[in-house]
Amino acid sequence: MKKLLLPGLLMSSLALTAVYAAEEPNADAYREMTYGDRDANPALLVVDRGEELFKEKRGPKNVSMEECDFGLGKGVVKGVYAELPRYFQDTDRVQDLESRMITCMTTIQGFDEAELKKKTYANEKSNEDNTDLEAIAVYIASQSDGMKINPPTAHPKEQEIIKVGEALFYHRTGPLDFSCASCHGADKKRIRLQNLGNFSKAGHDAQKAIGGWPTYRVSHAAVRTMQHRIWDCEGQMRLPDTEYGAPLSVALIAYLTAQAKDGAYVLPGMSR
Amino acid sequence: MKKPILASLALIILAGGAWAADDDKAIQALVDQYISTGYQQGEKQHSERLKQDETLKTCSETRNKPSDDQAKTIMEREKATIKYPEGNKMLGNWEKGKEVFNTGFGMRVGVIAPDKADKPRGGNCYACHTADPKEVAAGNIGNSLTGYIKVRGNSEEVVKYTYEKIFNSQSYVACSNMPRFGHNGVLSPEQIADLVAFLVDPASPVNK
Repeated sequence: MKKLLLPGLLMSSLALTAVYAAEEPNADAYREMTYGDRDANPALLVVDRGEELFKEKRGPKNVSMEECDFGLGKGVVKGVYAELPRYFQDTDRVQDLESRMITCMTTIQGFDEAELKKKTYANEKSNEDNTDLEAIAVYIASQSDGMKINPPTAHPKEQEIIKVGEALFYHRTGPLDFSCASCHGADKKRIRLQNLGNFSKAGHDAQKAIGGWPTYRVSHAAVRTMQHRIWDCEGQMRLPDTEYGAPLSVALIAYLTAQAKDGAYVLPGMSR
Repeated sequence: MKKPILASLALIILAGGAWAADDDKAIQALVDQYISTGYQQGEKQHSERLKQDETLKTCSETRNKPSDDQAKTIMEREKATIKYPEGNKMLGNWEKGKEVFNTGFGMRVGVIAPDKADKPRGGNCYACHTADPKEVAAGNIGNSLTGYIKVRGNSEEVVKYTYEKIFNSQSYVACSNMPRFGHNGVLSPEQIADLVAFLVDPASPVNK
């Protein structure tokens, strides 16, 4: 038995060395091995909690979120995330999933907007559970698992916000003079060992990032949504906290999602 | 017959150009509007950081590809902002510089971990540059600085260039990706002099 095992071990460690040697240093191969099992994604527990919150009658008006229209009609959750951000007539603006959730929770369920936005993300430093907003968002998003990234672009406001998002992507400001493009504007770049997607062009990198988000972030022990991703990036740029669901973040998300068009959603994702 | 067609074609093209310029203006107006409403307010938020100077305005508008004239204007303007350390001592201590090079702390605002006043800031240079070959976890957005003096020497000119480049990267490359560490007050002139030593001192691991 031992004799069989040893050459096997040797072979696999040789194969591993080959994987690491062939590329620039990064941790992708390691992560692939660790996060490869989709059924072991802790985000699935948060998805379940989000589903309960979604279907429960809540808020001062005591109604469930099944009364909401996320773009494909009242009560439809299957496939809505695949076609967001989109223009909504009732608010006369383009909305991403999370800004739309706020609209629904304030107008239909009667929650107070300021109260809802008081605590948008779980703080990983104190090991908090995901917030209700994060749980509901990952539940809705996961109902587009396996679907094509397909944000609508027929409405002039949809076209407009993508252009604004693109301009914002190149907008340099703050004490480090950064824009999104400082890190995400060229191929095969890294911060230390962390690979950076090139989102200045449509295709693979944007598809991989958008397609796997919301994601369970192992380093946070929590599910993270796109609003959190934008907030976190802006913080890295040493800029103020972004306002949850404001047009600024929606425009950036609209631009990134447009760059990711025709990719596939694999949700919930799992990443470092 | 040909002439009127050509003339009207020219008109259409001109009108198209004007329309495109208007369109750009409208998008830029929305960019400004979204930025003014896109961040939380309050004293911990430091919204003054959202104000662009003329240089960053040009870099944003041209997507970091300024025209030759714009580049010249930027480099002249940025060069004029450079401040030098006490006694013009641009070569500091490489061991201190090693710390500054490695440290990523500083300049955070908002709800998460605002700066502690007594904790020194760093340049977080390994985020983008390789330097000491023993540090494997180095990024690649910037060029490699390993063997710095093998490539450039360590003359007085190199010391001055290195100091100025770190203090204000755009005094040499208009719309460089690199932060203007001294100009923006992220690092002090003395810290920058220590970084210079880390790069040009023959005893520094960068040059071993």
